[in-house]
Amino acid sequence: MPAVTETIETVQSVTEGTYKWGFETDIEMEFAPKGLSEEIVRFISKKKNEPEWLLEWRLKAYALWQKMAEPRWSAVKYPAIDYQDAYYYAAPVQKAKPKSLEEVDPELLRTYEKLGIPLKEQAILAGVEGAGEAPADAGRLPVAVDAVFDSVSVATTFKARLEKEGIVFCSISEAVQTHPELVRQYLGTVVPQGDNFYAALNSAVFTDGSFVYIPKGVRCPMELSTYFRINAKSTGQFERTLIIADEGSTVSYLEGCTAPMRDENQLHAAVVELVALDDATIKYSTVQNWYPGDAEGRGGIYNFVTKRAQCRGRRSKVSWTQVETGSAITWKYPSCVLLGDDSVGEFYSVAITNNHQQADTGTKMIHVGKRTSSTIISKGISAGQGQNTYRGLVRVAPTASAARNFTQCDSLLIGDRCGAHTVPYIENRCMTAKVEHEATTSRIAEDQLFYCRQRGLSEEDAVGLIVNGFCREVLKELPMEFAVEAQKLLQISLEGSVG
Amino acid sequence: MSAIPAGVEGFLHRFDGLRQRLPGARLPWLRALREAAAEAFRIQGFPTRRAEAWKYTDLRLVAEAGFEEPLSAIDDDPALPAPRGPYRAVFQDGRFREDLSTLEEAPFAAASLAAALPALEARLGALARPAEAALVALNTALFEDGLVVTVPAGVAGGVLELLSFASAGERPAAFHPRHLIRLEAGASLTLIETATGPAKARYLHNPVYEIELAEGATLTHARLQQEGLAAFQLGTAYARVASGATYDNFTLNAGGKLVRNEIHVVLEGPKAACHMNGAQLLRDGQHADTTTVLDHAAPDCASRQTYKTVLSGRSRGVFQGKIHVHQVAQRTDGYQMNQALLLSPEAEIDSKPQLEIYADDVKCSHGATVGEIDADQLFYLRARGIPEAKARAMLVEAFLTEAVEGVQDPVARDALQAAVAGWWEKAA
Repeated sequence: MPAVTETIETVQSVTEGTYKWGFETDIEMEFAPKGLSEEIVRFISKKKNEPEWLLEWRLKAYALWQKMAEPRWSAVKYPAIDYQDAYYYAAPVQKAKPKSLEEVDPELLRTYEKLGIPLKEQAILAGVEGAGEAPADAGRLPVAVDAVFDSVSVATTFKARLEKEGIVFCSISEAVQTHPELVRQYLGTVVPQGDNFYAALNSAVFTDGSFVYIPKGVRCPMELSTYFRINAKSTGQFERTLIIADEGSTVSYLEGCTAPMRDENQLHAAVVELVALDDATIKYSTVQNWYPGDAEGRGGIYNFVTKRAQCRGRRSKVSWTQVETGSAITWKYPSCVLLGDDSVGEFYSVAITNNHQQADTGTKMIHVGKRTSSTIISKGISAGQGQNTYRGLVRVAPTASAARNFTQCDSLLIGDRCGAHTVPYIENRCMTAKVEHEATTSRIAEDQLFYCRQRGLSEEDAVGLIVNGFCREVLKELPMEFAVEAQKLLQISLEGSVG
Repeated sequence: MSAIPAGVEGFLHRFDGLRQRLPGARLPWLRALREAAAEAFRIQGFPTRRAEAWKYTDLRLVAEAGFEEPLSAIDDDPALPAPRGPYRAVFQDGRFREDLSTLEEAPFAAASLAAALPALEARLGALARPAEAALVALNTALFEDGLVVTVPAGVAGGVLELLSFASAGERPAAFHPRHLIRLEAGASLTLIETATGPAKARYLHNPVYEIELAEGATLTHARLQQEGLAAFQLGTAYARVASGATYDNFTLNAGGKLVRNEIHVVLEGPKAACHMNGAQLLRDGQHADTTTVLDHAAPDCASRQTYKTVLSGRSRGVFQGKIHVHQVAQRTDGYQMNQALLLSPEAEIDSKPQLEIYADDVKCSHGATVGEIDADQLFYLRARGIPEAKARAMLVEAFLTEAVEGVQDPVARDALQAAVAGWWEKAA
C-alpha cells in the first residue's frame, strides 16, 4: 500500500523494539453503553439503519451465542474475557460528510498521517469528495482503501472509478443500504451465525467492515485494501468482510491493522467470508500488526478471527497470504472449502511470536469437488517466550477424486524459552487423492550465522536476513509493496530476541 | 452418585463380583490400587470421540459388547506355531499356561505375574497410571495375569516369545493382561509377541505394558497383532528409556475388528534412542489406530518412527503421533514418517502427526503421505510383463518393507517380514 515508503522509513529509524503505531488519537467518540445484551444488538442495528431482516439475523446470532461455550481447545492461554466489560460500538463523531480537507476532524487527519499515509492519499482517506479521483503517484498503481476506525468505516477511496467497472467496494453498512440483495444473498453463507463462539458474537454485534463485489468477467483494476485501526479504550472490534467474485472475475485484496499501546487486552473478533464463483480468483493478503503487548506480556490484542472462503465455482481459486507479526494472541485458520471441480485453495503464512506472544494458526482445506488442489506453506517463528502453533486440517471427501494437497510447515526457534508446535490433521476418504505433508523444526544454524557475521553483518541483521530467507516462499506471494513492509515488520518483531 | 458413563457398568459390576478372587486380593497395596483404578474407570468411562486423543476411534462397540472376564481357565491343547527361539511364554485368554511355556533355561527371570505379585509393589503401576487413561484403569482393576521379565545387568537375553491366544468361548470374553518388562544396565532382549484368536470369536484383549530400560539396555519389541477378525484389541504400552538405552518397537496390526495400539515412550536419559515402526494391514470391516506419544525429556536423544498403513475394502486406518521435546532436551534428533496406501474407494485414513517443541537446538521433522498405488510404478512393472495383480502385490510389499527394514534385530525382522509378505495376496 502507499503507506509503505513512509512506513519503511519509520521502521528504519527504530532502534529498540518499540511499536510505532501505538499512539492514541484523542477524538470525540460516540459509544454505545458498555456490555452486551439484546438491547445493544438492537442499538447497533438501529444506529446503522438496518433493515428488519438483518436485525433478526443478528438477534438469532446473539441467541445462538448465548448458548455457546467459549472454546478452550487451542494451545493459547489467556485469562477469561469479560464480555460485559467492553464497548461494542465506538465511532468517531462525524457530522455531515466533509467537503474539503479543512472540514475533516484534524485529529482523524493526524492519525492517518502518523500511520504513514501520504498526504494526497490522506485527503482521500478522510473522505473528501472529489479527491478520490486524483491520480496516484506516478509509476505506482493506485490502491483503493477502506479505512475502518474502531467500529465504523470512515472512508472508502476510488469508489467512483471502481463503479465504472461495476465493482462495488464500500463499507458493509453502506452495502446493506445500497446493495441489500447482494448482502442478503451471501452474508453468513460461508460462515453461518452459529459457526463458532466468536463468529456468533461477531454476527450479533459486527459494526463495519468491507464489502466487495466484482461482477462477471471483471478484473479489478487496482488492489483493494482495508486499513483497520482500533483506537478507543475498552472496545472490541468486530468487523465483517464479505467479498464476492462473480464468474470469471479477479480481485486482490489487502488488509492491514494497527492499534494503540495499552495495558489492557482488547478483543478483535472478525469474520471474513469469500465467495468465488466459476473461474473467479480471489487473492486475500493480510499484514497483521495489531499491538502485541509489551515485553512482559501486558496488553495487546486478542485476535480471534474466522476467515473462510468457498470456491463454489469450477476452476475458482482462493489464495490466502498472511503475515502475522502483531497481537498478543493470534487464533485463526483462514480456510478454503473447495466445492467446485478443479478449484484451487492456497494458504501462505508467516507467523511470528516474540516476547509473550502466542499464535495458534493454520488453515483448513476441505476438498469436495473433483481434481481440487490445495497448497499450504506455513512458516512459524518463535522467539523470546513466544508460543507458535500450526494447526491445520486437510479433509478429502469421497467425491474429490484426484484431489491433491501439498503441505509444508517449517518452524524456526530463536532462544530456548519459546515453543513451536505443529498439529496437522489429514482425513482422507478418497482413494485417488494424494496428500503430502511435511514439517520441520530447527533453529538458525550456527554456520549460517557465522557466514553472515564473517561478512560484517551484525548478529541482529544476520538473523533478520536468515529469517527473511526462511519466509521467502510466503513473502513472494504478497503484492510487492506489502512484501517490503512485511520484511521490515519481521525484523522489528524479532528485535531484542538475539544477543 | 453421578451418572455412570455408558458401557462402564458391566465392567464395574464384574469388578465388584471378582474383587475377592482376583490375584493378589490379599495384598493391601494391590487392593487399594485396584479400588482406585475401578473408581478412575467409573469417573472416566470409555473415552469418547470428544476427547482429542480418541477423535478418530469410537469405542462404543467395545462399551456395548457386554464382555465378561472368563471365570475358569481352559485346558485344551492348542496348535501353537513353531518356536522362534528356546524361550516362550504362552497365555490363553490372558492367563499364563505354564504347561505350554518354556522359560526354565532362560538367562533371565521370566514368570507369571499372578505368581510374582507380592514382590511387585514398586513395579506395578510405576508407569501406567489409571487416572490418566481409562483403559489402563480398566486393566488395573481387572488384570488376572501377565508376564514379568527381568533381564539382569549385562545379560544378552536372546529371543523371548510371548504368545497370546484367545479361545472360542460362548460369551464375549474380556481379558486384561499386564506385562512388566525390565532390562537392567547393559542388558538386551528381543521380545516377539504374537496375538491370535479364532476367526469369529468376539473378545476384548486389553493388554498394558510397563517397560523399563536401564542405562545402555536394548529391547527389541516386535508385536504381531493377528487377532481374529471379530476381536478387539486395545493395547497400551509405556516405556521408560534411560541414558544410552534403546527401545525398538515394531507393531504389526493385521487382525482384529477394532484395534488401538497406543505407545508412550519417555527418553529420560541422555543419548537414549527409540525406534517406533509399524504397519497396519487392513481389510474390509477393520479399524486400526496407532497412537504414539514420544517424550524427549533429556538431551542428545534420537528417535525414528516409520508407520505404514495399507487399506482395502471398507476399512479405516488411524495414525496419531506426537513428539514432545522438553526444554532440557537440547540437540534432539527426531524424525517421524507415516504413509498410507489406499487400495479401495471405500477406505479412509486419518492421520495426525504432531510436534510440540520447547527446546531450540533441535532437529525435528515429520512427514505424512496418503495416496493410491503410483500409476507410473505400476506401468513400469507391467511393461516388463508382470501381470497387474502381481505388480500391485509387489508394490504393496515394497511399501511395507520400508517400515520392516527399520527393525534392527534380525529374528524380529524376519518374523515381521514373513507376516507382511503375501498379506495382500491373501487379502485379495
